[in-house]
Amino acid sequence: MSTLTQETPGAVTAPADGAAGYGLARYLVVRFLLIIPTVLILVSLVFFLMRLTGDPVSAAFGDRLTPDQLQAKIHQAGYDRPLLTQYLDYLRSLATGDFGHTVTDNQPVSHVLTTYGAATVELACYALLVALVVGVPLGMVAASYRDRAPDAALRLFAILTYATPVFFVGLLLKLVFAVRLGWLPSSGRAGTGVQLFLQDQTSTTGIYLIDALRSGDGTAIADVLRHAVLPAVTLGLLMAGVLLRLVRTNLIGTLGADYVDAARSRGVAPLRLVTHHATRPALIPVVTVLGLQVAGLLGGAVLTETTFEWKGLGYELAHYLTARDFPAVQGIVALFAVVVAVTNFLVDVVAALIDPRVRY
Amino acid sequence: MTLLLVRRLPSRLRTGAGVQRAMLLTGAVLTGLFVLTAALGPLAAPYGHAQLREGADLFGSQQHPDGAHPLGTTIAGYDVLSRTIWGTRTALLIIVAALLLSVLPGTVLGLVSGYLGGRLDRLLVGLADALYAFPPLLLAIVVSIVISGGRSSLAGGLGAGACSVAVSFVPQYFRVVRAEVIRVKAEPFVDAARVIGTGPWRIMTRHVLRNSVRTLPLIFTINASEAILTLAGLGFLGFGIEPDSGAEWGYDLNRAVADVTSGIWWTALPPGLGIVLTVLGTTLLGEGLTDLADPRLRRRSGTPAAPTDGAGDDE
Amino acid sequence: MSDLLRVEDLHVDFATDAGQAPAVRGVSLSVAPGEVLALVGESGSGKTVTARSVLGLLPGTATVRGRVLLGDGTREPTEDVLTASAARLRALRGTHAAMVFQEPATALNPVLTISGQLTEGLRAHGRGGSRAERRALAVEWLGRVGIPDPAVRAGHYPHQLSGGQKQRAVIAMALALGTRLIVADEPTTALDVTVQAEILELLHRCRTDFGTAVLLITHNMGVVADLADRVAVMRAGRVVEQAPTRQLFAAPAHPYTRELLAAVPDFGTGVRERPAAAADGAPVVRAGRLVVEHPGRLGRRGFRAVDGVSFEIRPGEVLGLVGESGSGKTTIGRAIAGLTPVTSGELELFGAPLTRRRGSAGRIGYVFQDPATSFDPLLTIAESVAEPLVVHRRELGAKEIRARAGALLEAVQLPRGLADRYPHELSGGQRQRAALARALALRPTLLVADEPTSALDVSVQAKVLDLFTELQREFGFAALFVSHDLAVVERVADRVAVLHRGRIVEEGLTGLVLGSPRDDYTRRLVAALPVPDPVRQARRRRQASDVLEEGVAGA
Repeated sequence: MSTLTQETPGAVTAPADGAAGYGLARYLVVRFLLIIPTVLILVSLVFFLMRLTGDPVSAAFGDRLTPDQLQAKIHQAGYDRPLLTQYLDYLRSLATGDFGHTVTDNQPVSHVLTTYGAATVELACYALLVALVVGVPLGMVAASYRDRAPDAALRLFAILTYATPVFFVGLLLKLVFAVRLGWLPSSGRAGTGVQLFLQDQTSTTGIYLIDALRSGDGTAIADVLRHAVLPAVTLGLLMAGVLLRLVRTNLIGTLGADYVDAARSRGVAPLRLVTHHATRPALIPVVTVLGLQVAGLLGGAVLTETTFEWKGLGYELAHYLTARDFPAVQGIVALFAVVVAVTNFLVDVVAALIDPRVRY
Repeated sequence: MTLLLVRRLPSRLRTGAGVQRAMLLTGAVLTGLFVLTAALGPLAAPYGHAQLREGADLFGSQQHPDGAHPLGTTIAGYDVLSRTIWGTRTALLIIVAALLLSVLPGTVLGLVSGYLGGRLDRLLVGLADALYAFPPLLLAIVVSIVISGGRSSLAGGLGAGACSVAVSFVPQYFRVVRAEVIRVKAEPFVDAARVIGTGPWRIMTRHVLRNSVRTLPLIFTINASEAILTLAGLGFLGFGIEPDSGAEWGYDLNRAVADVTSGIWWTALPPGLGIVLTVLGTTLLGEGLTDLADPRLRRRSGTPAAPTDGAGDDE
Repeated sequence: MSDLLRVEDLHVDFATDAGQAPAVRGVSLSVAPGEVLALVGESGSGKTVTARSVLGLLPGTATVRGRVLLGDGTREPTEDVLTASAARLRALRGTHAAMVFQEPATALNPVLTISGQLTEGLRAHGRGGSRAERRALAVEWLGRVGIPDPAVRAGHYPHQLSGGQKQRAVIAMALALGTRLIVADEPTTALDVTVQAEILELLHRCRTDFGTAVLLITHNMGVVADLADRVAVMRAGRVVEQAPTRQLFAAPAHPYTRELLAAVPDFGTGVRERPAAAADGAPVVRAGRLVVEHPGRLGRRGFRAVDGVSFEIRPGEVLGLVGESGSGKTTIGRAIAGLTPVTSGELELFGAPLTRRRGSAGRIGYVFQDPATSFDPLLTIAESVAEPLVVHRRELGAKEIRARAGALLEAVQLPRGLADRYPHELSGGQRQRAALARALALRPTLLVADEPTSALDVSVQAKVLDLFTELQREFGFAALFVSHDLAVVERVADRVAVLHRGRIVEEGLTGLVLGSPRDDYTRRLVAALPVPDPVRQARRRRQASDVLEEGVAGA
């Protein structure tokens, strides 16, 4: 009988709890440190690529100033120094949060980032919300109805959201809901009056919804929300499609796993099999891949903001691009790189938290 | 590789089931139409892509669709239908250019890096991961600034577009091929080759590479879609091809933004639908192919009760 | 008392692209309360499909006819699983029959705790009252199936448990619902032999202590002899013979059963008699204090797979290397072939130290465990077999190489017509024959065979082992034969080395080591192996429990 209450000698035993916690902390620290090389590679890449075209001053003013004026301006901005010096200088100032100055309107780039960053954050949050609300449940539905009509329809929907460029979705929505039906405003973050009202508030966050809620003004809140609908749906759908496909594929994988069969063999109901047994293991890869989609989301944000004149970083980026103001472009792109790297880190943290195999 | 794709298509069409078959078929038809339109563009389009007048008469700006202009004219006075048709050409060119620029370097780097491993591998993986995490559109913008300063002829715009797609796709091919190579490298048949004493070069080319490229057709289709979308995105931001050098859907959509606000639909819909249908075609094609390569479907074709070792071995 | 399970004329077909493929054709069987019925057969015989249909767990592509009746043992079984409503089916699952799966690692959800999964079944059937009560019940059952510290283990995730503990947890999940019938699909196949012995013991106890009947699906005749009361032999979707276990082993009625039993290597009876290998002559392989470490990830300490192993293989001799998973036996084979670098110690091949393996290439043949993956899927069998000749003897010319490849395939008794087929078009046995042909292409002095028959069905295994012995006699190569299966090693090896956690614990002539082992671990290994003879196994089982207990106490 004693053979039954004992395990094979030398069987693999679980690590002690203390060591387990240490493992997670170690993983997180290593993962956090990995942000640095990623950001460094990207920032350097952008810096050198942009300098390949020549100096930013000539790019912006080349056809408008005399050579002498140009030279003076170039010298003043320090663009005639050796490239390596400029590079090290750039890195040094980046480390202190100084992103340089725009050439065309001579503002600190960091000022542009803080002014318009809030608008982009607001849009991204709305879009993420739309994507989650639409993508995850629909992905679960598609997986449960695998290869039947609802699945086919949802897959087509997902492929369509991918095949349609965001700006075309935006234009279509605008055409239908703003121009034809007149239900929603076609552009901007708020009506002119509301915008002025919100900017007049003491201590603003720049995120209009929060500012409007804090002011307690009903019309302002409604106006801000009405302006947000079309851009949020436009950008949200882009991600919703990706999310739907990811959830579907991974859920199909886990629904076919032995442990789901095992739970089924114990009489667990089909709905609970999906929600309780298959979804969580399926979400681990979803979260990871979703992190990589943040890059796509930012690209989509640039186009969405341009379509709806949503004055955020993407809109400004397009503006500075047209003006050939490359230090501004470089600053915004660098910020995006940092955001992507940090988001990916956070995503890995979340993935680690929902996966016990990493946690212990 | 594309040849392989084309060769397999008919057999895939026969063996597919239901939804998969419909998707594959739709994708193949749409893609076929797209290539055909691009090839026959000059014959199919009523006017040239940069044509503003017929004889001495200007087409006029923002004309409603009518007999002379089935889809009206743009604000600049171009014929919308013609520009949409000519746009297939630009799209096809960008696909070909992007594929050429990304497949070869990506595959070779992935093969060498995955097979040899070591420091080179770690360096390349770090680089690829960083690039992969970067918004492709922003990368495209930066690259197109470098290449053409943002002002583009057809060749310049295409080059910039193709290079920028390549920059974000070389890492993708690299990752996929490398992952496959590492998987294949661990397969016993590669060990078997090593035991025999086969040299690394022969193993890489004869055994590893040929077994590592089966997922590539799918990435081709993604790459093609991404190339079109990136070029359109660049065009929409005003970084594409100037209208007199070539017809590009993204640029036309950019010009249509203001039209939409005043209720003019015919300048926005045709180029937009051009993009949607083309990308839809390639994507469906890719999806259909993946579905048919699905292990579950393969298992279905290998019958579970087929005589295997037990019943039908050697003697 | 009435039957718990009665399967009547069961037919299962699978929809495939090529039409309907039958998997089960008219199977009828029954299981009485407290009875262990073993359903045996080789791969593709339909035994697993039959088992899964008991719980209605077949995929959507299956078409099922016949009746699968479940009962509670007091009345005639009336509930037909195949026609039951979804709700009724859920109520039957777990309470009237429960399933134990082959691979405990995948049968447990990696992101839910053990008690979380155990209580899911209780919850689904409205058992156990409150959450806390259900958890207490879970802990109780984990304790009953012999998991140490059940209260702590209940809160653990599957990856924190050993393979044996996982399988115990799966069995606990079945028992906790009070099922009268456990359907166990190859419950010990994924486990090491000593762990298998423990799980078999637990299944024995399921019957004696809880009165649970077992429908045991297995290909292992030793397990059948150990556990079953009755046996049903399946082949190609049909039950060809049903009989009480002792009767079946003593006097098999159906020719297929006789063939099957004859093919099973019977441990303890099969020491082969052959002239001892030439004791003189320099050893082909000489390992001295050999150490192989697998590097750890990101600064973690590496894993020492082989820990100071010394042995020799003399010309023409077959050395059997046995051990359980993780014992380092495969690593030694790979190190000899130059596939894994040696960390320290000496390894001499053909009298010269193993340097950058160039020198030895061509003098070593290697046969891998899984014949399905050891051939390049894009090359034909003939091309693969010719590959060694192309690499080393290119001067022969294409025609001569092709002729030699043909001759090799003939030597391993593969029909000529298979030469231009691709690997996936061959059966497992045929592929392993081709693997032998490829390994012998350069007339090697040494053959390393890494579990060459463990992926094969038993009747195919017998033929491949015969072929191996025959070729070895003919070509006279020395061999390192790596296996976890003592019965197989007993049949082919002149000498045996027993590996345990990277060290050789015992080495010597096959008959001596396996017949009267001196080392504790070897004794446990030998005792744990169930032999395919119910009478002898019953005796061995009584002796074995002493040895196994001793081993536990000693560890």
